[in-house]
Amino acid sequence: MLLIRCPFCRMERPELEFRHAGAAHRLRPADPAAVSDRDWGEFLHDRDNIRGITAERWHHVHGCGRFFNALRDTVSDVFLATYEPGAPRPDVPGAGQ
Amino acid sequence: MSGRGHTFRLAAGGRIDRRRPLHFRFDGREMAGFAGDTLASALLANGVHLVGRSFKYHRPRGILAAGVEEPNALVTTDHGPGRVTPNLRATEIVLHEGLVAISQNRWPSLDLDLGAANALLAPFLAAGFYYRTFMGPDLAGRNSAWRWLYEPLIRRMAGLGRPPSVPDPDRYAGRFAHCEVLVVGAGEAGLAAAVEASEDPGQRVLVCDEQAEPGGWLLTASGDPGPAGRAAAARLDSLLETLRRRVNVTLLARTQAFGIFAQGFVALEERLGDPFAATSACRPRARLWQVRAGRIVLATGAIERPLVFPDNDRPGIMLAGAVETYLHRYGVRPGDRAVILAACDSGYAAAEALHRGGTEVAAILDLRPGVDPALRARMEAKGIHVLPAATIIATEGARRVRAVVSGRIGAGGAVVPGPRIACDLVAMAGGYAPAIHLFSQARGALRWDPAVHGFVPAGAAPGQRIECRGACAGILPEAMVAPVHGALPVAGDPDRRKAFVDFQNDVTARDIRLATREGFVSVEHVKRYTTTGMATDQGKTANLNALAIVAGATGRSLPEAGLTTFRPPYAPVSFGVLAGTARGELFEPLRRTPIDPWACAAGAVFEPVGLWRRARFFPRAGEDEAAAVARECRHVRTHVGLFDASTLGKIELAGPDAAEFLERLYVNAVRNLAPGRCRYALMLDEAGFVIEDGIIARLAADRFHVTTTTGGAARVLTLFEDYRQTEWPELRAWPVSITEQWAVIAVQGPKAREVLAPLVEGLDLAPGAFPHMAVASCRVAGIAARLFRVSFTGELGFEVNVPAEEGRAVWKALHREAEKHGGAAYGTEAMHVLRAEKGYIIVGQETDGTVTPDDLGLGRLVGAGKGDFVGRRGLSRAALAAPGRRQLVGLRTEDPARVLEEGAQVVAMPDPAPGTPALGHVTSAYASAWLGHSIALALVADGRARLGTRVHVPMPGGAVAARIVPPVFIDPDGKRVHG
Repeated sequence: MLLIRCPFCRMERPELEFRHAGAAHRLRPADPAAVSDRDWGEFLHDRDNIRGITAERWHHVHGCGRFFNALRDTVSDVFLATYEPGAPRPDVPGAGQ
Repeated sequence: MSGRGHTFRLAAGGRIDRRRPLHFRFDGREMAGFAGDTLASALLANGVHLVGRSFKYHRPRGILAAGVEEPNALVTTDHGPGRVTPNLRATEIVLHEGLVAISQNRWPSLDLDLGAANALLAPFLAAGFYYRTFMGPDLAGRNSAWRWLYEPLIRRMAGLGRPPSVPDPDRYAGRFAHCEVLVVGAGEAGLAAAVEASEDPGQRVLVCDEQAEPGGWLLTASGDPGPAGRAAAARLDSLLETLRRRVNVTLLARTQAFGIFAQGFVALEERLGDPFAATSACRPRARLWQVRAGRIVLATGAIERPLVFPDNDRPGIMLAGAVETYLHRYGVRPGDRAVILAACDSGYAAAEALHRGGTEVAAILDLRPGVDPALRARMEAKGIHVLPAATIIATEGARRVRAVVSGRIGAGGAVVPGPRIACDLVAMAGGYAPAIHLFSQARGALRWDPAVHGFVPAGAAPGQRIECRGACAGILPEAMVAPVHGALPVAGDPDRRKAFVDFQNDVTARDIRLATREGFVSVEHVKRYTTTGMATDQGKTANLNALAIVAGATGRSLPEAGLTTFRPPYAPVSFGVLAGTARGELFEPLRRTPIDPWACAAGAVFEPVGLWRRARFFPRAGEDEAAAVARECRHVRTHVGLFDASTLGKIELAGPDAAEFLERLYVNAVRNLAPGRCRYALMLDEAGFVIEDGIIARLAADRFHVTTTTGGAARVLTLFEDYRQTEWPELRAWPVSITEQWAVIAVQGPKAREVLAPLVEGLDLAPGAFPHMAVASCRVAGIAARLFRVSFTGELGFEVNVPAEEGRAVWKALHREAEKHGGAAYGTEAMHVLRAEKGYIIVGQETDGTVTPDDLGLGRLVGAGKGDFVGRRGLSRAALAAPGRRQLVGLRTEDPARVLEEGAQVVAMPDPAPGTPALGHVTSAYASAWLGHSIALALVADGRARLGTRVHVPMPGGAVAARIVPPVFIDPDGKRVHG
């Protein structure tokens, strides 16, 4: 079972307390009406499936209830960083993308 | 002292407690052992070598090893009904008084097994036999012969033990543990590592070992009466004494670490207790430890390799280290006359131990051409003959080895038959392989170490702090090191005799060579094709020999051939341990409403809805479900009904921007909703499809009470939180779940107001003062309540929300009033019928994630002139307004008694050609006693334009004709709700 550090609780808690919540840094357009069908489709459905470091959202559903972002290596399953939503993606050694 | 049952027990020595004799049964025979024995050592003390039949050929098999790696000696233990456990290794079963063990995979008995006829078919049972042979004939469909003939036969003949037939009455426990250091393996290396780690009293050190007693090989070595043995005993005592004095050390015996997972997470199975002990009633039978360790020390030792020669599987042919263990640790002599086959010096230690124990050692056959002259002289002094460059080319004996035929290995590997040697025990010293399984599970990299002829840990496991110590790190005494021989050379055609590599799955050297000839080169493919290493022992004794054979047959070196992947569990784990307490009533929690005890007393029939149980109907004497539901519906339509709606999801949303927040999440206009008013609302996903519905009630300018579907409560709250926290953090609106805080009682029917009125204080219920879709605070039966005037039946209706702890009292008060007006309780089934008669949808039944508000005929709910809301952009796609979309309609069957099947297809013709697309499907269907005919709701392409059209619904027994009608079957003008 993975340990995940909740950036709000500021401690590592077991994976059981969390739920995965999809890709991170995916901004809902401010005016969706102005977005083309193709771009809207991409926003809704197109996701990277990265071998390596991926940015994703997690929900501390059985803890503080907050959503946050995380960088995780999909090869080793190691969490490299967790951070608050809205914060920029941190630079992590080895996260070369 | 030896007496009956201890024929092969030494007069002295061993770690068994001779003052505590134990009695046990094996295949019905009474036998005797001592405390400290395993089942295997006690069987050997009783002279029993034949303990089972093999998987495929039903060959007689004995005890090969003395630990977890045992492939042959699998037995079933029987501790009474439900306490039957198959496939346990006799080498790991701690002997206790009254133990009942039964051999496996034989019929009718171990001595006379009819399945052994399989051996006659052996030439046909080679690798891939099943894949190639059982292909046809396909008389009754594809692979019919396999399904009806071959597979049932094979399943009866093959396999290991039989699964238990009744539920397991025992209790299994679980524990989460944290430690700074976890040491796996309590042999010398592990104990030393634990001593070192526990010097700092702040370090919690957990040590586990699969054996009943810590010590590992020291337990065997200390049985040697010489100085080496005394040194081993002193070393063991000192290590254990040190650890026992330290309070920061926990030592777990009979505890197998079976899996290593990310970040120092290790799973252990602790086998507890003797099921017949007086204390056993309340003790769990086993415990699953889930350990989070700061760092892990693996001291898992090494596993001895068998040698692969023809007929190397007869009972009495054992690993040399196991022979030493039975002699030294258990005081058991495994035979009267032994032959040693040695690839390294450890075989000589076994020979000396046997000699000391009174077993005649007929010969040491040493595979090596050169033998250390001093060692040879020491043996000859004891009268033990040593034959260099010698091997075994055949063995004899039906149920026990009776003799071996030796062979002399000449230059170039040619073998010349040598003398036949009578014996009842063969000890194989094939060298040891580091037990790297757990390290490899943790994705630790391995390298081939030519110095120990084995794979050893290379560097670190990523993301883990794991250190390997002792033999598993490749630190082995030279006497235990030998090349991996694979199959030994034989005289004549090697493929004519069976030389076993994987004992448990009956895989021979010939099978592996055949697989390589058929083109299987990758070890992973050879493994799957021959099944070598795929039995319950995962090839602990087999893998390296198999790899050596593959490498030899494909002209590669062993490290070039590579290694198969190690996966958890390291050793078999009982399902009971993994399930723990999550069984029966504790498997998942059951949610009950505050009114549940009343429903129980009223004789309700319940149904599960999510994790809730809800009253489905309340049958009266002589009523079946249909009659009860019809009566309950009639109460509501003619008088009044009470319904427990407490499971409805409920969210309270407060804050100055609460209206704006809901305006963005629901399709409806919310800002213009006046306090004291409710609105039926739809929620879409961003693609524009309906995902939820409910009632939005405005309690005050900045406070809302929002209901959700029963199943959607958690999901909707999560969605609220997601948008609040991440999309619109600027909005000041805070949701909280109040589902369990409020009990909800629906009072529905023309007499609903009369039922409520006498109990309500502080609110005028007159239609003008409290109209349909109003909400207010008041008191009901003296309890502070939130009263909604809403209807999910099409009748005049109210929903009374009171604090959950008052729910039952208020329900009882309302029920007394309802009875005065000819009313009664109704359940979920009547609720479904009532709402379907009125054409009210249920999200998840009328919707499936592809349905828009307009498809449901609810397009009017989408607020005109609203700004952006979730789903708006999706709805604006042309496809969501294109012709041909499936729209909600009603169906009336031509036969009024026929109820359609939910999910059935709707088609234009009664017998459409295959490939004809359906027009739609039935989403809800009920018998409506009130209307006197069946009703159904359906999603049908362009349904609203097809009103009056005849369609067909294919059902078992033929298509049913029906007519498309509007989805509202009663009171289409909606007068009744305003009553």
